[in-house]
Amino acid sequence: MRKIPLLAIAHARSGDKGNVCNIGLVARRPEYYPILVAQVTADRVKEHFAGVCHGKVERFELPNLGALNFLLHDSLDGGGTVSLQADPQGKTYGSALLRMEVEANLP
Amino acid sequence: MIRIANGQGYWGDSIDAPVQQVRRGPIDYLTLDYLAEVTMSILQKQRARDPNGGYAQDFVPLMASIVPDLMARNIRVVANAGGLNPQACRRAVLAVAEERGFHPKIAIITGDDISGRLDEMQAQGIEFRNMDTGAPLSTIRSQVRNANVYFGAFPIAQALDQGAQIVITGRCADAALALGPMIHEFGWPADDWNRLAAGIVGGHAIECGAQVTGGNCQADWESIPDFAGIGYPILEVEPDGALVVTKHTGTGGRVSAASVKEQLLYEIGDPRAYITPDVITDFTSIQMEEADPDRVRLRGIEGRPASGFYKVSISYSAGFKAVGQVIYAWPDAYRKAQAGGRILRERLDRLGLRFDAVRTEYLGATACHAMPAAAPSADLAAHLPEVVLRAGVRGPDRAAVERFTKEIAPLVLNGPPSVSGLGSGRPKVEEIVGYWPTLIPKSAATPEVMV
Repeated sequence: MRKIPLLAIAHARSGDKGNVCNIGLVARRPEYYPILVAQVTADRVKEHFAGVCHGKVERFELPNLGALNFLLHDSLDGGGTVSLQADPQGKTYGSALLRMEVEANLP
Repeated sequence: MIRIANGQGYWGDSIDAPVQQVRRGPIDYLTLDYLAEVTMSILQKQRARDPNGGYAQDFVPLMASIVPDLMARNIRVVANAGGLNPQACRRAVLAVAEERGFHPKIAIITGDDISGRLDEMQAQGIEFRNMDTGAPLSTIRSQVRNANVYFGAFPIAQALDQGAQIVITGRCADAALALGPMIHEFGWPADDWNRLAAGIVGGHAIECGAQVTGGNCQADWESIPDFAGIGYPILEVEPDGALVVTKHTGTGGRVSAASVKEQLLYEIGDPRAYITPDVITDFTSIQMEEADPDRVRLRGIEGRPASGFYKVSISYSAGFKAVGQVIYAWPDAYRKAQAGGRILRERLDRLGLRFDAVRTEYLGATACHAMPAAAPSADLAAHLPEVVLRAGVRGPDRAAVERFTKEIAPLVLNGPPSVSGLGSGRPKVEEIVGYWPTLIPKSAATPEVMV
């Protein structure tokens, strides 16, 4: 097993709903989806976004699209119009998640 | 089969896109989504200044320019351009169309603005508790500016049934703009949950414009052709609810499984229960297939009965904020910017200014990805050619926020070296509009269709 960044096996898009950021994480191939399910847990995502996500992280599975959806509660400094952040809507949180390392044996 | 195009993902999107959608190939409907929460607060300010304002003004010159195409080819338009003032929007569109010698039938959908009825509705026992926090409306009642209901697709279908060429709505669910024409064309009944759900998925896929045709797509972004001429999405819908997401031939961008998956996941919560006024949609039921180049097929979509509630968004005045910035250059750019941030905070302390929040960010080093795991290594930090210190405050006291705006520029002469003020002058104080999401029983608000 080697450690690789999620960027190598997945892509992502993120957006906002109030003070909650959602990140859709999509496996680049069907065979990568089980790696996401096994290793990109809600707990790990919460830990990855330390100092950014102050609430809980929820995870939902979409096996039909080979994708996971995450909700990062209390992660946008109050949300869209209130936030003082350079990225008040969390549009860049998707790529931030792709920094996370997972263990995988890729050909 | 009908073709529903989206020509606008938000107010501020390309003004050329809707024109291209009409002129570069066949479509039956042009949908335009202008309203976001931020937009509603801008419209609110405009209507306060001018009783004839408060709608998406870009829509009027657009209609003036494409009305001959619409009439000649019987293309119908569905847009939430009405904002807070659909009547004024309708008058303005009619005026420019008639100037050009056309007399389109224009419908408006109103009834979503319940701002004047909050007290009456509270007296009837509607609590307007915040959906996210559970807090009662009384905590912000005196600061409320506007309250708008998100209506569904049936009023739009009804307007089309009555022969409207252009349908102008106030607030409605974004995906309803596309579902309305499907209900009108195919006569889907209000309890045909699977087809309504398919319509919502299709509407969701196209509602953000080019975000589904290769824009903002992380998968292999450098291989996506011709961003400058990116094609906006077109949804082909069959009477049974089968969908194809595509775009006009010869336009830029790419419609792929990757681009459509990213958009389907955009701004959703629990995928098994995507809630809109007309249906609860299960996104885990979507079956996707890349058919031909730039054609993605969606089918198998399942829905469940709609809830008994409408979502309402209440905007309220939530204090003031200001954000300013200065830029520091190599050497030690990041350390200098951090020192600048500390100096600024100390100044605010010494002045005795109190805020709800003070934020310092370091653009170029740690702003977007602010988690510790993403921080630049010491070696990388030492090589950064420049770092921007971006500092902001917010709070209820306008004078304190105003005072803060005068503390940014002095950093250029009074702190760490090789620094520039970016020539932007003192930052402006902005009023913050907060949003209060809540639910009301459907019986409490009724959409009105006027053709």
